[in-house]
Amino acid sequence: MTSAIRFSGVSRHYGDVRAVDNVDLDIAEGEFFAMLGPSGSGKTTSLRLIAGFERPTAGEIRIFGQVAQGIPPYRRNVNTVFQDYALFPHLNVRDNVAYGLMVAGQPKAQRHGAADGALEMVALTGYGDRKPSELSGGQRQRVALARALVNEPKALLLDEPLGALDLKLREQMQEELKSLQRSLGITFIFVTHDQGEALSMADRVAVFNEGRIVQIGAPETIYFRPETPFVADFVGSSNVLPPEFVAQLTGRKAHGALRPEAVHLSEQGHSATVRSVSFLGAATRIGIRIGDVPMTMLLPKSDTFPKVGDTVTVNWAAEDLHVMDRA
Amino acid sequence: MHSDRAPLGLKVAAGLGLAFMHLPILLIFVYAFTTEDKSYQWPPPGLTLKWFAVTWGRPDVWQALWLSVKVASISTVIALVLGTLCAAAVSRTKFFGREVISLLVILPIALPGIITGISLRSAFNLADIPFSFWTIVLGHATFCVVVVYNNAVARFRRVSGSLVEASMDLGANSFQTFRYVILPNISTALLAGGMLAFALSFDEVIVTTFTAGQQQTLPIWMLEELVRPRERPVTNVVAMVVVLVTFLPILGAYYLTRGTDTVAGQGK
Repeated sequence: MTSAIRFSGVSRHYGDVRAVDNVDLDIAEGEFFAMLGPSGSGKTTSLRLIAGFERPTAGEIRIFGQVAQGIPPYRRNVNTVFQDYALFPHLNVRDNVAYGLMVAGQPKAQRHGAADGALEMVALTGYGDRKPSELSGGQRQRVALARALVNEPKALLLDEPLGALDLKLREQMQEELKSLQRSLGITFIFVTHDQGEALSMADRVAVFNEGRIVQIGAPETIYFRPETPFVADFVGSSNVLPPEFVAQLTGRKAHGALRPEAVHLSEQGHSATVRSVSFLGAATRIGIRIGDVPMTMLLPKSDTFPKVGDTVTVNWAAEDLHVMDRA
Repeated sequence: MHSDRAPLGLKVAAGLGLAFMHLPILLIFVYAFTTEDKSYQWPPPGLTLKWFAVTWGRPDVWQALWLSVKVASISTVIALVLGTLCAAAVSRTKFFGREVISLLVILPIALPGIITGISLRSAFNLADIPFSFWTIVLGHATFCVVVVYNNAVARFRRVSGSLVEASMDLGANSFQTFRYVILPNISTALLAGGMLAFALSFDEVIVTTFTAGQQQTLPIWMLEELVRPRERPVTNVVAMVVVLVTFLPILGAYYLTRGTDTVAGQGK
């Protein structure tokens, strides 16, 4: 596979703060890559390192094989969709989209044609003459996308691009981004703190915590085979089981991850006390406690649910308990 | 019941207050038309337009006016360049002593003009710089920079930092980013700051008396005329012109900065 972005031992420190700390990363060409993590985990800084807004304190970044050191943002073959979209308020939509071509010296007719084409691609035909302030959040997001893509970057960097949209719009944009990426075939690097977004869109996910990558892998792997308690907890809120409890069950003393939906009511198994019941619509989340181990289980739609204070018997398939050997 | 209408007493008080501030200015206008030229006699014994012709024919008026326009223009240009650069540095970057610099830039306008004047005069003396047109310009630039800086720094804070990054990201170098993104977003603030600076410089007296050599700017010329009465209404004619020349830019600055409280590029 050809490498689009490669980090070798990249660090970005601000004084004592290690925003990005010794990160190795290899993103393939044409990949939809997600950087997932809580705020302050280093994912956005990593993206800014690729864009060129930050300089690494140590390590080397290669963009399509070329060492990025010393290349300013305006000479990098990548474009960014900013979290706040950063549309130019004094320009109309068409001139916003055509900006990259304008500074590159393309004549007006040509760049306006290209801008209208890009607007068509994001389903905003006819919006060219409006000012950004006259658009809705979702439309601004599309303009930002068109403005980046019209320059035909080799990689598109997206910094929490869906964060400001409401749920329905967000789901729709997820679909559109995915199909856009497939049809354009360029590398998308996507920063998000929303694990659902990362899992549903990306080919591969890198989970960031405290400036380091804790796990890189396909969404299924991250979800079903988390390597650390942090990943298990952060990506889809698995039950993280203490090593003593796991040792009783499996004989191996290490943290265990158990998905809430893998736990079910059963004739035989572990006796548990119901601590909370929350109706979520398609499923109901039930907080239980086995001995002193708290756990959540997700029950599909059913006529009867246990009530708070009930004692129930729960169980799970042995293969659903994933033992994490890394701490 | 709560009423939106002000009580009569308050209206009268407000009217009197405004009259107290503005009637004397009107009086100056009236004396520009009086037929009596030795002392300011009320009511004017007669009205005439001849002082306009007299003023027009006086070369010392033209010299003073021309000097004031030149000083104000050049001070404003210097202030625009330095004030913008300084505002950009203070609002865009973090460095040691940033707050101190911000304070030091604003200080000249907080200091009484006489202090600025005396200190500049002794500094020029110490450095053996002869008093000239340029020493007046330097003196004026000290407080003109403040006005531009204040306007620009407020606007810079409102222009979202990601706009600059977006521009760079889209392939624009620093110069292009300044030309196509920063300048359009701060231009009204700069225009307003520039107009205020021009108006400030145009009617400045105190600093000018300390930094000027033999030259007379328009306000200095007026002061001299009042002390040494000769064709007194000429001063009033000039005063009228000064009021108009300084009032229009201030009005313009007011309209330019009005209604721009929304943050440029904040849009979500």
